[in-house]
Amino acid sequence: MKNTFLILLTILTVAFGHGQDKNKSVNFEIKGNCSMCKNRIEKAAIKIKGVKFASWNSETKEFHAIIDEHKSSIDAIKKEIALVGHDSDGFTAPQKVYDSLPECCKYRDPNTMHMDHGKH
Amino acid sequence: MRLSLLLLIMFAFSQAQAQFQVNGRVVEYNDKGKTIPLPNANVYWLSSTIGTTTDSMGKFEISYQPSLKQLVISSVGYRSDTIPVNRPNLGNIVLISNVVLDEVVVEKQVAPLQKSLFKAQNVVTVDSREMLKAACCNLSESFETNPSVDVNLSDAVLGAKQIQMLGLTSPYLMFTQENMPAIRGASQVFGLSFIPGSWIESIQITKGAGSVLNGFESISGHINSELVKPLTDKRFFLNMYANNFERYEFNSRFNHVITDELGVGLYVHANLRNGYIDNNDDSFFDTPLSRQVNLMNRWQFVDSESGWVGYANIQYLSDTKEIGQTDFDLETDKLTTNAWGSEIATSRLDLSAKVGYVFPELPYQSFGFQTAYSNHDQNSFYGLNQYDIDHQSFYSNFIFSSIIGSTQNKFKTGASFTYDGFKEMVNTIPFRRNDNAIGAFFEYSYDNLEGLSLVAGLRVDNHNNLGTFLTPRFHMRYSLWDKASLRASFGRGKRGANIFAENQQLFASSRQIVINGTNGNYYGLNPEKAWNYGLSFIQKLYLWNRVMDISIDYYRTDFEDQVVVDWENPRAISFYNLSGKSYSNSIQVDLNYEILQDFYLRATYKYFDVVTDYNSGTLDRPLQPSYRFFINLGYETQMKNESQWRFDFTANTLGRQRLPDTSSNPSEFQLDGWAPSYTLINAQVTKVFSNKLEFYIGGENINNFTQSSPIIAPNDPFGTFFDSTVLFGPVLGSACYAGFRYKI
Repeated sequence: MKNTFLILLTILTVAFGHGQDKNKSVNFEIKGNCSMCKNRIEKAAIKIKGVKFASWNSETKEFHAIIDEHKSSIDAIKKEIALVGHDSDGFTAPQKVYDSLPECCKYRDPNTMHMDHGKH
Repeated sequence: MRLSLLLLIMFAFSQAQAQFQVNGRVVEYNDKGKTIPLPNANVYWLSSTIGTTTDSMGKFEISYQPSLKQLVISSVGYRSDTIPVNRPNLGNIVLISNVVLDEVVVEKQVAPLQKSLFKAQNVVTVDSREMLKAACCNLSESFETNPSVDVNLSDAVLGAKQIQMLGLTSPYLMFTQENMPAIRGASQVFGLSFIPGSWIESIQITKGAGSVLNGFESISGHINSELVKPLTDKRFFLNMYANNFERYEFNSRFNHVITDELGVGLYVHANLRNGYIDNNDDSFFDTPLSRQVNLMNRWQFVDSESGWVGYANIQYLSDTKEIGQTDFDLETDKLTTNAWGSEIATSRLDLSAKVGYVFPELPYQSFGFQTAYSNHDQNSFYGLNQYDIDHQSFYSNFIFSSIIGSTQNKFKTGASFTYDGFKEMVNTIPFRRNDNAIGAFFEYSYDNLEGLSLVAGLRVDNHNNLGTFLTPRFHMRYSLWDKASLRASFGRGKRGANIFAENQQLFASSRQIVINGTNGNYYGLNPEKAWNYGLSFIQKLYLWNRVMDISIDYYRTDFEDQVVVDWENPRAISFYNLSGKSYSNSIQVDLNYEILQDFYLRATYKYFDVVTDYNSGTLDRPLQPSYRFFINLGYETQMKNESQWRFDFTANTLGRQRLPDTSSNPSEFQLDGWAPSYTLINAQVTKVFSNKLEFYIGGENINNFTQSSPIIAPNDPFGTFFDSTVLFGPVLGSACYAGFRYKI
């Protein structure tokens, strides 16, 4: 019984013990349209080592992440996200990848904003 | 004449086919949240130049283009919407102005019964709209339109409704109220009727092994009910109900928002059953006389900026049931042989509180603490049998959740402490037992974002009567292809059986109580232990542009240890430890589909194979239908000026049930080996007059099926053959009811 609590305590201490630089909150803009884009962007980001949490708002285009600065950086995230098709300041998605996005996600064309984005 | 008419109709029809018009109405919300028409909005077929605009009433009509299935609705200053066209009348389409920027809402609500495609567990979520389909009025009855859970009457006199999942009765299910254990111990049989349906916001039904977070007791499933919350509930709610058997119900809720963060609610429920009903002329009431008062005061605190949330509840209940012979007089006949009668008086106090904190900087990290205390006091007699139980319970649970590396790997961990004190008096024999357990748990969830997710949990508990033991639980989900999920689960549960509280109907019989225990901690009997394994498959698809879902579940529960409840000797009820095997297999096939616009079909077939090794041999569990077929049809008319009609129809067919052995009775008190298969039909019509007022009428058991002689030897209730426990069908014939709901 005692051991179980020690283990538990250790887990809690480790979890609480993260320093600020290990939990750096970052925000920047990523281009995209809909909730399909949201899935693609967040999936690409969360798979990067050092990214603990990733969330993209399809309304404001704001990307929010919590990263471990020792292991990752804003540029590394932007680069990975560009590689799946989404532009951001300083990083442009390869044309080939962009072309393969579904119609409603082709955010470079303003008309796609009027497409069905709600139910994907 | 007739021919020309036919030709005219055919002509009109062919014209209509060629010039098929799609119409609808574009609206927006005004400041008060009401819909108002939106004129001059653009309506055009996606990637085409064919279009029109809405008139001053927001209405439009556009000719159907079979090749172009998506219609775009747009207007300057509003978020555009694209909708698939699968019906001629699109109804109201709400455009949200750009300033509000929330989410585009096509006015198509989610179904009131939702099966998840993405959760690792096999969960069905039932929301409050589904609860409105059932006639009445408490948690047990709210499952009557739900195919995952079966509702049974426990016996012919108590009239308690019991529920089953996967062929196992409620003691093997875990109930929680807002994730804290409820309806257990002393309240096992009647507890479902202690939670009024109108207090429930939603129910989550998890099949198979539950989660380790809530304890080690659940074996065949977990049912959680969330109650309405003061900050989000209506300000005022009133419901009254009456049926032709003099059953009356009163429900009311008041909520007050004190500040943006703090709300308080006062919920009141009262019911009365006052009908002296004996339609089958066996001298016994067909339905109990009863009175219940149930009060709850609830506080909710939510401060999203600081990350703190909290709840505090206090609930008090008083419930009395009178059953037995109609000429029984409580004053003069109690515990005499003048007439057979029974009274069950329960009072119960529940206190609970919850505190949670989400780290504002780390949205994936939180902790929560829950605690609850209850005192359940039941005093009862059944004929000459007396049964009293006092159950005090304390529960506390601390949960910390966070991530490992990233949100792909989450975990929850924590510790719990529980205490249960039981004081029972069975006729003249007192039983006392204290249970206390301290446990720790860890649950890991993984999602690879490509279709594989799993939840693996383990808890270790140190329990004074069950010993120290591990409880593993595992759930996994894998996407086979688009909109299809395969799930698997396994887990173990362990519990001590409260044999009297769980089988209270035994007192309403002349059966002798036999406990063949050894040195176990539970009335001399050993704890119960079982593994549950499950496999399920769900496919959602679009058939003619409407969602259909098909699912197939297979679950097996294998008991390693069980307290066998043996009804096979009509002179006795025996409890003994299982020696040999005991298992339950269940297969469920579900089909849900919107057949026509707003016309929903829900059909379910379930097959059960529940077998136990009794002392007298290997037998099917008695009173267990071999199959069930369930069909539910629902139709809602288009909402016009807040008013609407809703129709609901449910039919339940139960396969034959094995009856306990009565061959040693004299021939007039012998039963057939099997009860026949039968069907029960319920229907309800609701008229919604406005957002505030609705009125409903309905019928239960419309086809009027009743078990012809539900009680054995009712004319000699103090003789050796009296038995009200062999009940396979309803005692009460068809009932009709009416009620209204008012809310602001």
